[in-house]
Amino acid sequence: MSDGSDKGKPESSIPQPKPGDTGILAPGYTFTTLTDKLASIALSRRTPFVWFVGAAVGFMLSMVLLGALSYLVIRGIGIWGVNQPVGWGFEIVNFVWWIGIGHAGTLISAILLLLRQPWRNSINRFAEAMTIFAVACAGIYPAFHTGRPWLDYWLIPYPNAMNMWPNFRSPLIWDVFAVSTYATVSLLFWYVGMIPDLATLRDRAKKMWAKVVYGMLALGWRGSARHWQRYETASLLLAGLATPLVVSVHTVVSFDFAAGIVPGWHATIFPPYFVAGAVYAGFAMVLTLAIPLRKVYGLQDFITMRHLDNMAKIMLATGLIVGYGYCVEAFMAFYSGNTYERFMMWNRMEGPYKHMYWALLFCNIIAPQLLWFRKVRRSIPMLFVMAMIVNVGMWLERYVIVVVSLHRDFLPSSWGMYHGTFFDKATYIGTIGLFLALMFLFIRLLPMVSIFEMRAILPEAKVEEEEGA
Amino acid sequence: MSAERKPPGVAVDASKLEALRGREYWRSLEELARTEDFQEHLHREFRVPVPMDGGLDRREMLTLMGASMALAGLTGCVRQPEERVFPYVRPPEESVVGEPLYYASAHLHGGYARGILVESYEGRPTKIEGNDLHPSSKGGTDVFAQGFLLNMYDPDRSQTLTERGEIRAWSSFIAAVKLALERDRSAGGRGAGLRFLTGTVTSPTLLQQLQDILAAHPDAKWTSWEPVGRENAMEGARLAFGEPVEARYRFDAADVVLSLESDFLGTGPDMPRLVRDFAARRRGKGSNRLYVVESTPSPTGAKADHRRPMAPREIEAFARAVATQLGALPSGVSGVGASAAGAAPGNAPDPFAAAVVEDLKAHRGASLVIAGESQPAHVHALAHAMNEALGNAGKTVDYTEPSAGAPLTSQSATLPELVADMAAGKVGFLVIVGGNPVFDAPADLEFGKAMDKVDLRVHLGLYEDETSRLCHWHVAQAHELESWSDARSMHGAVTILQPLIAPLYDGRTAHEVLAAFTEQPDKTAHDIVKDYWKSRLATTGGGADLDTAWRTALHDGIVKDSEFKAKDVRVDSSALEAKIQNPKSKTEAEPAGLTLLFRPDPTVWDGRYANNGWLQELPKPLTKLTWDNAAMVAPSTAQRLGLQTEDVVELTLDGRKVLAPVWVLPGQSESCVTVHFGNGRARGGRVASGAGFDAYALRTTGALWSGAGLQLSKTLRRRTLATTQHHHSMEGRGLIRSVTADQYAADPRIVAKLGEEPPGPTDTLYPKLPTGSYAWGLSIDLSTCVGCNACVIACQAENNIPVVGKDQVTRGRHMQWIRIDRYYTGGLEAPDTLFQPVTCMHCEDAPCETVCPVAATSHSAEGLNQMVYNRCVGTRYCSNNCPYKVRRFNFYLYSDYTTEVLKMVRNPEVTVRSRGVMEKCSYCVQRINHARYAAEKENRPIRDGEIVTACQQACPAQAIVFGNVSDPDSAVSKVKSEMRTYGLLTELGTRPRTTYLAHLSNPNPKLGGAARPAGEGEHGHKDDV
Repeated sequence: MSDGSDKGKPESSIPQPKPGDTGILAPGYTFTTLTDKLASIALSRRTPFVWFVGAAVGFMLSMVLLGALSYLVIRGIGIWGVNQPVGWGFEIVNFVWWIGIGHAGTLISAILLLLRQPWRNSINRFAEAMTIFAVACAGIYPAFHTGRPWLDYWLIPYPNAMNMWPNFRSPLIWDVFAVSTYATVSLLFWYVGMIPDLATLRDRAKKMWAKVVYGMLALGWRGSARHWQRYETASLLLAGLATPLVVSVHTVVSFDFAAGIVPGWHATIFPPYFVAGAVYAGFAMVLTLAIPLRKVYGLQDFITMRHLDNMAKIMLATGLIVGYGYCVEAFMAFYSGNTYERFMMWNRMEGPYKHMYWALLFCNIIAPQLLWFRKVRRSIPMLFVMAMIVNVGMWLERYVIVVVSLHRDFLPSSWGMYHGTFFDKATYIGTIGLFLALMFLFIRLLPMVSIFEMRAILPEAKVEEEEGA
Repeated sequence: MSAERKPPGVAVDASKLEALRGREYWRSLEELARTEDFQEHLHREFRVPVPMDGGLDRREMLTLMGASMALAGLTGCVRQPEERVFPYVRPPEESVVGEPLYYASAHLHGGYARGILVESYEGRPTKIEGNDLHPSSKGGTDVFAQGFLLNMYDPDRSQTLTERGEIRAWSSFIAAVKLALERDRSAGGRGAGLRFLTGTVTSPTLLQQLQDILAAHPDAKWTSWEPVGRENAMEGARLAFGEPVEARYRFDAADVVLSLESDFLGTGPDMPRLVRDFAARRRGKGSNRLYVVESTPSPTGAKADHRRPMAPREIEAFARAVATQLGALPSGVSGVGASAAGAAPGNAPDPFAAAVVEDLKAHRGASLVIAGESQPAHVHALAHAMNEALGNAGKTVDYTEPSAGAPLTSQSATLPELVADMAAGKVGFLVIVGGNPVFDAPADLEFGKAMDKVDLRVHLGLYEDETSRLCHWHVAQAHELESWSDARSMHGAVTILQPLIAPLYDGRTAHEVLAAFTEQPDKTAHDIVKDYWKSRLATTGGGADLDTAWRTALHDGIVKDSEFKAKDVRVDSSALEAKIQNPKSKTEAEPAGLTLLFRPDPTVWDGRYANNGWLQELPKPLTKLTWDNAAMVAPSTAQRLGLQTEDVVELTLDGRKVLAPVWVLPGQSESCVTVHFGNGRARGGRVASGAGFDAYALRTTGALWSGAGLQLSKTLRRRTLATTQHHHSMEGRGLIRSVTADQYAADPRIVAKLGEEPPGPTDTLYPKLPTGSYAWGLSIDLSTCVGCNACVIACQAENNIPVVGKDQVTRGRHMQWIRIDRYYTGGLEAPDTLFQPVTCMHCEDAPCETVCPVAATSHSAEGLNQMVYNRCVGTRYCSNNCPYKVRRFNFYLYSDYTTEVLKMVRNPEVTVRSRGVMEKCSYCVQRINHARYAAEKENRPIRDGEIVTACQQACPAQAIVFGNVSDPDSAVSKVKSEMRTYGLLTELGTRPRTTYLAHLSNPNPKLGGAARPAGEGEHGHKDDV
């Protein structure tokens, strides 16, 4: 494989896309030029200044996270704003937000792979990376939000002298399984998918350490037919494993709420509505990352307008599902005739957090309607703004679900207010920093666009297939 | 080591070391370390690398090693704390380690004794319970009796005797007193400059001591000052009967009660008994009916069937009007009553007063009129006259001689005399026996300033406070639980106070301080008290068996037959009318502005409990405010003045100013602003500092309870007030179900109809839990609950619940396991107030149990929803999923793990929770288990009533019943079988084991009393954060 890219083919054989549309890959690339361009990002190209700025910001904010979490362990959960009745605050909001973001990566890599959507090839690698980093950020929250984080391992079923097992009825235990499975499968999928490219980097690396490191990571990949055959099988299997996870993880996360009895949590619509929301948020985040990346690294040829357009369409579709979810929630609250449900809905709309609810409706339902217009979908600034709005909107959604439901439940005597404290915010910003830091490291050191999969969509790959047939 | 070359240092000193033993041995090793050769040796050992090649032979090597061995001892050379361990050779009688013992004693409230039983673990008092043999307790307690235990363990208490800040021995105090007395003797010897200032004294021994001292020093004077005095009541009795008597009310016999601003269900020395009697009558057949007129809402007002907010002067007019119509004043309408009845607008007679009069008349001999201490003396007199006219005397009320010492009746008159003497330099020696007059004396007296003129000032007090700062000598006072003393209840019942523990600090009792003025200056309190009672018991016919009488008195907590007999006194109504024709002109000339009302703080009282964390953090019954006091204004007044809760206003009364945060209080009289005094301590201790403002700064001799002409100006500042309840309406949910007695009689199912139908017991996916031989359940009667908070503090003491501080309360993290929800229904100006104590419901299908990931909260076979602290990781999911929000989380390390003395107050049967774990009401599982051990030892089932939970024990109203609900004959089963029983939020399928008896009111049908059942579509006051 490593030397397969040497075979060049004349540009003329690339089919011309429709005018105004570059398709999913700009014309003019050969195996060689494509590989050169993509591999050079990690190997030889000068690191852009923006990278240093971004990485520095990411690292600094990671230090904020480190500080905030250290202080948390030293002092206790009280440094956050959680209280009675709002036992969960920023930490669970952020957990669900990060987990949701991860979903786009899995959807792109697994479901679109199974559906044979070749346009995914240029975005799946960093979308998967995004998934893993997002899950890492998400995982921090449930781990540290417990009163005694050093005892978190009690949530894991392990044989012990006291014959004490976790409570398998608790959705939090389901969470442990769902999220850890998700993290494992995503990591495997990402890594396995990267092996051929790591081999390419190994072969092209000039520096000794790079050769060694990439070489070790490449696990001795030689590109033989047997390797490829096994790779394909593994990749398909993992895709098959990951596909139900796209649905199951956020379904289980939604059970944290749906299995509770709190008005605003206890709703059967939660699983589908959470999954749609997750994909929605995930694609918004992919767009948020892709737009600056393609600009900085000149990847417009690989992440084309077609990609952005497709992602915008998915956002629009999932956004509509989410909107439907809101409507059903409101309708069921009034239709049920249940005092508490009705009050919950009224409180969302008219209570002390109403600005959050209305902002959420604006961000997640009203604003994305602009994506119906092709002009909007094809305008990069507009898309970026849209993606940011949805990122904010999805965070607000979780805030409304978690905090606004809890702050006024059954007994008015216990109603209270919740406000995130400095440490809540620092932890949130800190995880964003961690995410950025990991993302920047990834961009710099690993192939952020799948080289071999991009080669597969080159016309010359098709020609060879035909010839081979 | 018998080498020629002796190792430096070590071997040389070996002989010396042999001669030394124990601590000296270590000390000399330290010294040894300082000797020159040893230092050198150390140096060689540690600094210079030992040359192993050549420079050191085997011997030297061994020498070095030997030194190392010696040095190893040095590392342990910290001075060991001195600890004495005395194992029992023969254990004290009845004492079993781990088994608590109970001793009878008393808690003094404003000087009056209320009997208590003190639980003691290995000599540490840990919990206060009511003494059912004592007439003022009858087994119940109030918040102060529950809370004063913590004061004993207060690390801020003053710990030694000091003179101008220097620690002194007791003997030097005695010498100083002796010197002062000798100086006086040389100057005539009549004790002219000697003054004693005490609180209200009911202690027969102390009274005897004072009498003796005053007899020996005829010109010496004794003054008493109690910030919450009983002067108006005494003066009122004198007006009515010609002599001061104490009225003994029998609410258990009263069908109709009119309270003229008396908060008999809320505070007062006799509160536990009055609440118990009132509740007994309310529970009985055909409920009693309570009318309350008051200026500022009180728990009594909250329990009223008809409550009228009135300005103070309207109350007086109302009392006159009612008295006149009842015929209590012989001249009828021609008296002052007529003009005063004009308080009702226009000429139409007040229908409320008319209805009250009619109702009272219909219940002659079974009614009661009671006036509050805040009412002037003639209103008390009127109340006595009314009771007489209604034939209540001897039936629902009788009269006894007052149990307090003589100066009680004129405290506010004698205190100014004392201060005048002090300011004039006539006082040479002032002895302040307890109390804190610099803080709590009327502001116009400027007590602190007058103190400067006194040559020698002695203060006996629990704390180094505002007063002790201005005194030469400060005698650390022994806490009541550390002292031998005695005291009378309101009606004379004597309790001998016995110490539960040797004084933690160098504390002394009032008896010992007074003894310093006698011939036997170092007589102990025990001897003083016992000697007094030996003589007393001998004269009252104790005879030969003195010791038995003494022991019985100690055991029972009451001296037999010491309660006063009823006195036969009659109201001379015509004389009374003449006396009260011209009431104080002050009230007549009352300006139209605002009136400032002074009331004792419901939780820190007159300030003496200001440094008590339990009481500071206790939500006040009506405002649910903690850690602060506030200027309470009516909603309409607040609207008129543009005030909101937490706005800081400047209160000006008679030129004195104070800054206070506003609290908008529904039910407050429009023309009145109420402040609670007791907070705002300048030198109160660490807990008290920063809590509230000092309302005493406005309280003057002329305005002890109310002062007219208040000016109120808004400032731009705000003060955060920590409250535990932000929302005051039930939002139309059937949480507290309240129906009238008639409605209930007509259709007992009305209570069930006020809520939704709960799902059946089988409507669950989960398998039925196994059932044990017992099924614990609790029932709370909302009809009799007066919202007094005694259960809250009792629970806090029993279950080692930490205090979290104002900041944490502001964040919604208070920890009390029981909270008393208070809801308003009806209008803002005169709402109905309802209380609901909420404990853990111990749901049979508990939502918290299913969601805990680590099974830290689980269900016992006996139906307890158990919290396993050491399994809890703190996800707080259970709290989120608890519809009753009764779970409490340790967000920080709230429990004090470092203050040694606070460790002693803890109940050893209950885990002290660490940071990061959830906790909640356990139904006092330790008490259940305690009863279980006893039962199993005797091979019998646990008897009904054997387990008494802490809340149940404390409840003065006996509103809480606990027991085995699977036994149909148990008390709790019987209570729960009443049709009034309902569960909270049962429609959620939780099947709570704690249930409520619906609130029954008994309104007068003539007053439009067809009150709608509460819990349906009413909207009350909303005051959101």
